[in-house]
Amino acid sequence: MIGILDPGPQTTVQDLGRSGQLRYGVPPSGPVDRLAFVLANRLVGNPDGAAALEGTLLGPRFEVDAPCAVAVTGAETPVTINGRETPAWTTLTLKPGDVVKLGPARSGVRSYVAFSGGLDVPPVMGSRSTYLRGRLGGLEGRALRREDRLRLFAVPPPRPWRVAPRAVPAYGGEPTIRIVLGPQADRFTRAGIGALLGGAYAMLPQSDRMGARLSGERVTHARGHDIISDGIALGSIQIPGDGLPIVLLVDRQTTGGYTKVATVCSFDIGRVGQVRPGQSLRFRAVTVDEAHRLLYLADAALETGLREEIA
Amino acid sequence: MSVRFLPAGDLAVLVEFDEEISVEVNTRVRALEFLIQQKGLTGVVETVPTFRSLLVYYDPRAVGYDAVCASITELLPQAGTAVLPPSRLVELPCCYDDPALGFELQAAAARLGISTAELVKLHSGAEYLVYFIGFTPGLPYMTGMPERLTIPRLETPRTKTPAGSVGIGGTQCCVYSVESPGGFWVLGRTPLRLYDPESPEPVLLRPGDRVSFRAIDRGEYDTIAARVAARAYAPVIT
Repeated sequence: MIGILDPGPQTTVQDLGRSGQLRYGVPPSGPVDRLAFVLANRLVGNPDGAAALEGTLLGPRFEVDAPCAVAVTGAETPVTINGRETPAWTTLTLKPGDVVKLGPARSGVRSYVAFSGGLDVPPVMGSRSTYLRGRLGGLEGRALRREDRLRLFAVPPPRPWRVAPRAVPAYGGEPTIRIVLGPQADRFTRAGIGALLGGAYAMLPQSDRMGARLSGERVTHARGHDIISDGIALGSIQIPGDGLPIVLLVDRQTTGGYTKVATVCSFDIGRVGQVRPGQSLRFRAVTVDEAHRLLYLADAALETGLREEIA
Repeated sequence: MSVRFLPAGDLAVLVEFDEEISVEVNTRVRALEFLIQQKGLTGVVETVPTFRSLLVYYDPRAVGYDAVCASITELLPQAGTAVLPPSRLVELPCCYDDPALGFELQAAAARLGISTAELVKLHSGAEYLVYFIGFTPGLPYMTGMPERLTIPRLETPRTKTPAGSVGIGGTQCCVYSVESPGGFWVLGRTPLRLYDPESPEPVLLRPGDRVSFRAIDRGEYDTIAARVAARAYAPVIT
């Protein structure tokens, strides 16, 4: 069992999300930063889709009552076991009574804690992911609280390894996010598209798992900001009347009636979700073909060149 | 009818039919979705029907953009009413006559210049079609409201509308699936849950369902609500 001593501002149970439910108005949920999430699971010998924790900016702090392995990835945060600093992006072996604490993130927003075996919460609509607005999945459909207890599936201890330091993502600076223009790019002025591709956009504090709200030069519409409601893809950049972009994430509304100027590529969504309030990002347009080539490269990078055995 | 394919990032393509909201166009959207499910198109992961477009998620590791568009194009000529299976008719009991549930029934009747009895008769006498489910879990976008009930939306939207509220606004009728803000005139409330996260089947309605409202009194509302809470109520679906 895992005992939550302090959940931090928002810690939820996530797996790789529910599929097939968008047509019922239910978003996929799952980790905002899929790459970091998958690596956390692999570090403890789990399948990519085992349920793990997603923390936000700070925490969680928890205690284990049985031997298990954990791994912390995502936001750059100080990690301690019983008060002693320990590395992230590696397999950590715990014994009963050990207390693990994730401190305040120095860069990035979302951290992931995976446990060998994965968290044993009941799947709902085919997934263990928490969808907070829908009170669905995870632990009773809510964020974790102090004194919550979570069960693990029993597995033999995994073989420890670490992600090569050169392969650990850096979440600071001003990332360039690749986007594909459309589906409604034709509803914007040339100057509006120029603004989107030319300037830096700062993350606003009211961003959450539903959407990343940005502030910067306005993306101006050519004719009105409303369309007949249609489906909203992961990474859709919606531009309401005020001209400020909202990048829609894993807990997004499934359909909507605002124009969408472009869509963030799947391999850069996680990076958007790690931009802190006040930090900025830039957009760069690629074609669908280029996006697919970049996706294959990202896939290949995940399979090779990351793994370093620990003696 | 012209159909456009619009990229929605590296994992999805939007198949857009005519720029109008109509039963005919929406039927084509749902028929295309049905055909895609039936044929199990290579690489297609998930679909989201709306008024006049279908968002198709695909796995670019299994199929390219041009190939997925080509295989969808091949299905378009068949995408009409004929391929769709018979739709379900779902009955939603609705209590109109308690002002605690239908808090704008009187005001809406006054605004429309008809009696409350006539409003209830018109609203519950119609059969509605679910164009699609979206925005929030289980929320139906429906057509079929009698034209006589066309009404401007509330000038000041309510901050909280209880789940189950049955409202009208513009030419639309809506049933709130979760508590949310709202600009519709609330005529009544159904004791059924359009979205129930604790149920094995959390969402009641599906795209293409037909919906009818049956007027019930407060006593029956409470009885059904209690049975729903005890998971002892089966919705009437034919």
